[in-house]
Amino acid sequence: MGGEKIKEPRGLRPGGASRVRDEKPWWDTFPWWGLFIALVLAWMAVQIITQDDYALAWERIIPGLRLTIEATIKAFAIALVLGLTAGMGQLSRNVVVRNVARTYVEFIRGIPMLPLIFTVALIVVPETSDYINARLDAWFGFTYEPSFQMRATVTLALIYGAYMAEIFRGGIQSIPPGQSEAGRSLGLTRRQTMRSVVLPQAMRAIIPPLGNDFIAILKDTSLLSVLGVLEITQRGRQFSASTFKFREGYFVVSFIYLCLTLGLSILLGVLERRMTRDRKGER
Amino acid sequence: MAAHGGTGPAQMISLRGLSKTFDRTIHAVVDVDLEVVEGEVVVIVGPSGSGKSTVLRCINLLEVPTEGFVTVDGFELLDPKTDIDHVRAEVGMVFQQFNLFPHLTVIENITLAQRKVRGRSRTEAEEVAVRQLTRVGIPEKADAYPRQLSGGQQQRVAIARSLAMDPKVMLFDEPTSALDPEMVKEVLDVMLELASEGMTMVVVTHEMGFAKAAADRLVFIDEGEIVEVGPPEEVFSNPTHQRTRAFFDKILY
Repeated sequence: MGGEKIKEPRGLRPGGASRVRDEKPWWDTFPWWGLFIALVLAWMAVQIITQDDYALAWERIIPGLRLTIEATIKAFAIALVLGLTAGMGQLSRNVVVRNVARTYVEFIRGIPMLPLIFTVALIVVPETSDYINARLDAWFGFTYEPSFQMRATVTLALIYGAYMAEIFRGGIQSIPPGQSEAGRSLGLTRRQTMRSVVLPQAMRAIIPPLGNDFIAILKDTSLLSVLGVLEITQRGRQFSASTFKFREGYFVVSFIYLCLTLGLSILLGVLERRMTRDRKGER
Repeated sequence: MAAHGGTGPAQMISLRGLSKTFDRTIHAVVDVDLEVVEGEVVVIVGPSGSGKSTVLRCINLLEVPTEGFVTVDGFELLDPKTDIDHVRAEVGMVFQQFNLFPHLTVIENITLAQRKVRGRSRTEAEEVAVRQLTRVGIPEKADAYPRQLSGGQQQRVAIARSLAMDPKVMLFDEPTSALDPEMVKEVLDVMLELASEGMTMVVVTHEMGFAKAAADRLVFIDEGEIVEVGPPEEVFSNPTHQRTRAFFDKILY
């Protein structure tokens, strides 16, 4: 009798309690963390609405939101192009292309973000723009001086381009070689096979980490403050430094970032779920 | 010069002195000569790792030979001036793992290359696709995704996908090896019918029944070399080489 009972799946014993034992109670699976964060956000919002110091900080800081979002979207867009180019470049047959792409990726990934921002914004950009401006001035009679915001955005794009290159490369390499062999054996060119066979499949592996990078870029736009770009963090620093209300300043800054990043990750989750639902038939 | 030379049917595939070495040390194929004429069905058998798939993959240059010459339909494949994509469009290939495109429906799988390579319109390509799907017996699966099909059905779609390009040659690389036993026949039936319609075929397989029924010539490859070539009944019943005999002793009941 004992031996038989061991083989029975738990919770399905005939004549026993009908409730399945393995099912966890609701409070075990409930996303308490989400509730907790929502409560904190609500409390923060109440502070901002009801307390004058917080309201003042909010007023001073929130104009930076536009810059933060602008820089995020621009940097992401440029990084996407750089990442795709460098990612595919690393898989190129051409030895020069392959090594240029690899050098870029390894260089960027090996240097911390802050020194890289200073290097690009204060050395690389001025020197290249001096060089270009000398030509522009000589040939067309005008010059172009990139703003610090532009320099910082480009730096962010350069950095995330390298990270995305690895995402694209990994995504493409995750597709079994039989797929491109099938494409090529049908007479499709290398390019056609990449575009119609490999990339669409790789996208499923690529899109979720790209979404994470978007959120990471959003957070890292705070680094632009070191160049004096008036985005959220820099405005928070200025407010705090001028009023000595550090708590209010950084409190509001954190609140804004939290709202943005949490909102985005919820959006991403929905997007990912929709992607897997729409394509149920595959794989 | 060809085995079926003279005034017989035209030569379709010619391998001369074909060798393939991997990593400079692994000799997968060693000095293989093989001619296939139009309408001929050649079945290649041999132990696993003998290089038979490599020989097949050299015919459409999925594997680039280390030495030798490959001629398909009059094109010298290793000549840099040859447009390999153009030749591949004429050479259908069916893989052991089917290699259907999982993100596309069956009909999209079959129309993709027709439209991109043959330049056919969507309507025309879909007409051809439905005709080929009917031929392999599953027209009702046009809008399914590969995932929703059984292995046998997937392989038949893969065959239809190749046939839709109106190839002059069909290459089969162990087309039934990844199938559950009950699905082998439905794929072999399609291949037999194709053979009887006069398609030029080179088939790497372990299905000796298929070889007996469809092959004009049986090629036995061992350790990268062609050991024996001949009509299947002769090679089966009266192999001249010890290696051939040893192989058949192991696999035939």
